[in-house]
Amino acid sequence: MRVRGQRAALAIGMCALLAAATACGGTDGSGQDSGTTLVVKTFGQFGYQDLYKQYESTHPGIKIKEENIGKLGDYAPKLQQWMASDSGAGDVVALEEGILIQFMAKPDKFVNLLDHGASSLQGNFLEWKWKQGLTADGAKLVGLGTDVGAQGMCYRTDLFAKAGLPTDREKVGALWPNWDAYLATGQKFVAAKTGASFFDSSGSVYLNMLMQQGDHTYYDTSNNLVIDTNPAVKTAWNKTVQMIQAGLSGNIAAWSPQWNAGFKNGKFATIPCPSWMLGTIEKQAGPENANKWDVAKVPGNGAVRGGSFLAVPTQSKHQQEAAELVKFLTSPEGQIAAFKAANNFPSSTKAIDDPAVQNYTNAYFNNAPVGKIFGESVKGLKPVYLGPSNNPVNDRVTNALTALEQGKLSPDAAWANAVDEAKRVAK
Amino acid sequence: MTQLRERPVDGAQDGGPAAPTRRGRLLDRLDRTGSPYLFIAPFFVIFGVFGLFPLGYTAWISLHAWDISGDQGFVGFDNYATLFGDPDFWNAIFNTLGMLILSTVPQLVIALILANALNQRIKGLAFYRLAVLAPIVTSVAAVGIVFSQIFDRDAGMANGLLHLLGVPAIDWHADKWSSWIAISAMVNWRWIGYNALIYLAAMQAIPRDLYEAASIDGASKARQFWAITVPMIRPAVLFTVIVSTIGGMQLFTEPLIFGQGGFAISGGSLRQFQTVSMYMFEKAFRDFDYGYGSAVAWMILILIMILTLINFFLTRVRGGRA
Repeated sequence: MRVRGQRAALAIGMCALLAAATACGGTDGSGQDSGTTLVVKTFGQFGYQDLYKQYESTHPGIKIKEENIGKLGDYAPKLQQWMASDSGAGDVVALEEGILIQFMAKPDKFVNLLDHGASSLQGNFLEWKWKQGLTADGAKLVGLGTDVGAQGMCYRTDLFAKAGLPTDREKVGALWPNWDAYLATGQKFVAAKTGASFFDSSGSVYLNMLMQQGDHTYYDTSNNLVIDTNPAVKTAWNKTVQMIQAGLSGNIAAWSPQWNAGFKNGKFATIPCPSWMLGTIEKQAGPENANKWDVAKVPGNGAVRGGSFLAVPTQSKHQQEAAELVKFLTSPEGQIAAFKAANNFPSSTKAIDDPAVQNYTNAYFNNAPVGKIFGESVKGLKPVYLGPSNNPVNDRVTNALTALEQGKLSPDAAWANAVDEAKRVAK
Repeated sequence: MTQLRERPVDGAQDGGPAAPTRRGRLLDRLDRTGSPYLFIAPFFVIFGVFGLFPLGYTAWISLHAWDISGDQGFVGFDNYATLFGDPDFWNAIFNTLGMLILSTVPQLVIALILANALNQRIKGLAFYRLAVLAPIVTSVAAVGIVFSQIFDRDAGMANGLLHLLGVPAIDWHADKWSSWIAISAMVNWRWIGYNALIYLAAMQAIPRDLYEAASIDGASKARQFWAITVPMIRPAVLFTVIVSTIGGMQLFTEPLIFGQGGFAISGGSLRQFQTVSMYMFEKAFRDFDYGYGSAVAWMILILIMILTLINFFLTRVRGGRA
């Protein structure tokens, strides 16, 4: 409280200084009914631009301003600061599923959407997606689901042709009913010496396998770190090590400039792609590579990676309006529009079964029926529980895999390193 | 000097109001004793708000368990105790000091040589003097991006040149020594010109007759440099050593951009080039352990103070003997 008093004093002081130039808190607009501006904080691509326009036209007096930060890794710490300091978070924030858990521990920082009539919307969502945003006692709904990271396997048709592999997406999908078959295909590809690697770096392949292994990964459902005792983690790890040792990895870190350029230059032949990544690939590979990338089914049974929620922080001055906007953006219609704009795959069952999604093809990817491919991937899905420090722990495991790719550590030493680092960050 | 100071008093007695009132005299005294403080106040107020307060507040946070939801209770020196047993912290200190040496020493030596060269009578002097200053106006981010491309494993210029010499490609990110060289290269490139200009200014203040006398005594150019130039610019050297030490301890942007990828703040797969400021950022703003991050921040401050004192005494003691 003392701190807050000091801050308030400081704020008043600053206001006095600035009073001559601007009126403090002038944007509030509480005096008039018109001119409420809702600030929406997002990362990556949510594909909401058209939805905002539509909402503004049907809700006179509401203006929507989206403030976007490209990388989730940059967005998360900013969001933490806004939430911790109770200022700056705007009216609507996007929460990725990996960081959601941390915020679920402090539900008081968010408006309970059940108080704003969200309870009737439960039937709109995949059951587990709804539950992820709900507190354990079921009393508070922190966030409404936007998309799920339905998985596909993106591949370069020209590189596959060069290596003498089939290029048709049905046949490519048939090459890898499971990850062992994916490894065997990779070995064939490497033997053909196309100059490209089979996948970018092991982190994403590893994460895909991990998410297919069971109902939990690094944490059990009581939030105990079980990275060294959960056989699922070790299974995914061992298979990844096998792939690295077979020379399948290009050791090109995801989200690095080399990785971005790699889509354009064809430095790697496959990459597990959650639906939201299609937009990234299209942007990085550029129009000159249209139809060179295609999407096939992912090895193994369905998988999910990523996916987000929208929430209203209690620091918002327009909680009611913001909650209405969240309900609109996460509605089946909103999710279908976002899917078309940015390939964010719907978490609403209604939207998934909608012909607009089912029959949707992506022109950039050889007209791949992405609606159908991702829809099947989502249906084969079992939800996976992610613990509080899920993302930091996964960052460390990925680092250990990179060290292995660099030849700096033996598989055993890398595993020991990952477990040790994970235990320290999760303490 | 005394004249100047006494004059207003004289003026007040001679030409002032016929009978100076008590109030007038009080205002006069207040003006003379108080107003200087008023004139320097803006600096101290701003320093207090943006310098001193955050410093104290950080110390306060470092004594607490403090996460995203705020204060979780007083824990005394627990954060510091954990810090002393934290291998990642010591690794970051080691990296920082390693890169500090790799960047500061060549930087200052080359700057000294460069300044000496610019102190000679050569054609196009103004152009050269301006040219050495160009890197400093380049933004750190731009330097980081360009040098990261130069030191790229697959398509970098550094590996291209090494290839011409028959050296196999180096994965610059994979080892401590290689990543340190790449990052130090950025720091060196950016700051050599700046330091050279400071040395040059100091060199120009050295009286010419010292060199003339030395020449008559038969001292060579090299001997003149070491026996006259270097001792005479010692204050400038001390300044640059301290400033680059502080800069080196705070090294952040260059290694971060060099790191790349989603978890660049870890400074390499095995923290090969994670500096102590990066470690502070990782703890505070990625793991959201603000208490621990603040403890790291205070350790950085203490380390900078220790290093500055060492530098200061080294330069003093050597100076005393000379």
